[in-house]
Amino acid sequence: MITFLELLVNGISIGAVYALIALGFVVIFKATEVVNFAHASLLLAGGYLVARLQPLTGFWAALVIGVAAAAVVGAAIEFLIIRRANVASHSVLAIVTIGVDIVLTTELTRQIGTEILALGDPWGDSVVHLGEVTVAETRIVALFTAAALITLFLLAFKYTGWGIAMRATAEDSETAALMGIRLGRVSLSAWAVAGALAAVAAVFLCVFPTPGLDRGTSLAAIKAFPAAILGGLDSTTGALVGGLIVGVTEALMTGYQNQLAFLGRGIGDVAPFLVMVVILLLRPAGLFGIRETARV
Amino acid sequence: MSDLHETAATGTEARAVAVRRRLTRPLIWVAAAALAIAVPFYLEGFWLQTGLFAMSAAVGAIGINLLTGSTGQLSMGHAFFLAIGAYAYVYFSADPEQGARQALGGLGLPTPLAAVLAVLTAGVAGGLFSPIAGRLKGAYLGIATLALIFLGQHLLFNATAVTGGYNGRAVPPLHLFGLTFADTPALVVMDVPFGALERLWFLGLLLVLGAAAFARGVLRGRPGRAMNTIRDHEIAAGVMGVPVARYRAGVFVLSSMYGGLAGVMLALVFQRTVPDYFGVFLSLDYLAMIVIGGLGSIGGAVIGAVFVSMLPQLLTRYSDSLPLIAEPGSGGVSPAEAARILYGAAVVSVVLFLPGGLAGLFARLRAGGGGRTGRPARARGLRFSSSPTPTPSPDTRS
Repeated sequence: MITFLELLVNGISIGAVYALIALGFVVIFKATEVVNFAHASLLLAGGYLVARLQPLTGFWAALVIGVAAAAVVGAAIEFLIIRRANVASHSVLAIVTIGVDIVLTTELTRQIGTEILALGDPWGDSVVHLGEVTVAETRIVALFTAAALITLFLLAFKYTGWGIAMRATAEDSETAALMGIRLGRVSLSAWAVAGALAAVAAVFLCVFPTPGLDRGTSLAAIKAFPAAILGGLDSTTGALVGGLIVGVTEALMTGYQNQLAFLGRGIGDVAPFLVMVVILLLRPAGLFGIRETARV
Repeated sequence: MSDLHETAATGTEARAVAVRRRLTRPLIWVAAAALAIAVPFYLEGFWLQTGLFAMSAAVGAIGINLLTGSTGQLSMGHAFFLAIGAYAYVYFSADPEQGARQALGGLGLPTPLAAVLAVLTAGVAGGLFSPIAGRLKGAYLGIATLALIFLGQHLLFNATAVTGGYNGRAVPPLHLFGLTFADTPALVVMDVPFGALERLWFLGLLLVLGAAAFARGVLRGRPGRAMNTIRDHEIAAGVMGVPVARYRAGVFVLSSMYGGLAGVMLALVFQRTVPDYFGVFLSLDYLAMIVIGGLGSIGGAVIGAVFVSMLPQLLTRYSDSLPLIAEPGSGGVSPAEAARILYGAAVVSVVLFLPGGLAGLFARLRAGGGGRTGRPARARGLRFSSSPTPTPSPDTRS
């Protein structure tokens, strides 16, 4: 039971981090209808900068710079490539982001090489005892940070002018443009926000108990894709629920690996994808996704 | 839109172009065939192996181009089907053996039968995924098929009785019509020793031609029109009586069979299957191939496959004489990384600057120096619009 609770708490906390990544993914999709396969490399870029800068500037300054830089990278991808690609179908744009991802990931993993970069975070490897349940401090911080950021984002989405512009664009971009909303700014900001969220997530993906940022980190980020799609690509709520489902599934399957030995080693890495397939079989648009209707 | 240009060409001009093409086309084909047949007699093993990889990639790329280019369905799971093809061939054709550490299963079937069964197995695997492949569209399917990659890797590492686990398995050579596609027994043709690579070269050529011809038949006929309509306007396709879900599932199965065939070819060339190779990067390679070559065009898939699969090999071979490229492991940009960065950038720039990919570029050049009266280069792939404002498709508005 104790193990179960520990795994559950860990799962929820890592799920909150996945939710951050998935949220950025969904925001980009809502604002520009582009499925951003370069998301994992945005995350890697943010994490890499934090890890490289922190010996020079200390953790917090590095974090701020890393987050800002990831936002700039995201915005630059939008401004330099997505905006200029003159295509009618968004599937082609998805492939463009794959191209971007190949370039960025290759260069970053080359820079990282075989190193494992420490992030120098202030929480280190200390743990918190809640009754009999032991949880790493980083996990608690991750959970609260993610929850705070998500709340902040949802409030902004609901109440600020920026949020209203974003939602109007997602609803009907032509009408939104006629109402004076500048679509370019909306999509630019969406990419920037997604980049920043991904960079924060990168930090929490690489702190204790993970050894640090290495070339496998972008693979960890890929698990946020099922999180986004099983909740529904066009639903922010879906991203949160999807993130939690993926996190908890992964944590439990990894934790009970020995009891699940008949499924083979490393089932925890595959489990999120299997859950995604099962959910897509039942609900092709995801849990909270709106089934697309079209008027003829 | 582009049809306007076609009618603009006056009758005489069109006729002259047609006559010229009728004369030059067979010549080009004869020259290409002669060149392809001459290659094993002159070039060394490195080039043959590189060429064979390109042939296998061409078959796989034609398959995924049917799915992504012609039907508009993104798939990141192509590497999974290559793996199925490669490993199924090994499993069906190998004899069971009791290794030092683990027992390897095998059915010991005749190798041509094993190859056919391997392609069919890949098709069955695609069919098992069809409830999802039929219902999801475009990039959604792309993410869903990521599951196949991870599932595939898991199976390859864990189902050791079939796959040999981490170390992979040796691939039994193919025996066809009394000919063994291996270095022994020795065979000398016109003073040139014909080893495995030389023999496989001709088999590979035949398979690529066959795969291309079949895909051409599919695209030129009724299914091709249905696929393009699904890509361009799903609702219109449904209204005109195209069973959209069934077609999507069917094309997915067909493309996975192409993947399986590519996997069999790859296994025969490699002579060993290793699980690491069939990861997510291989799938990305295939997407890069079809975008660079030209979405929806068979020739484009072949050109893209040659480009993407030969680039790392060429860079490795000539890394000493190329600037900016270092030896692998020396800290600089290794040839494999340089190749990856190059074709990643190529994907982006093709979409930005070269609608229709390399195939579209060739078509435009052939049409006569960019003249407006020639045959307009038309991307048959996912429609790249030539006007400044893309026509809104149902894809772009909700």
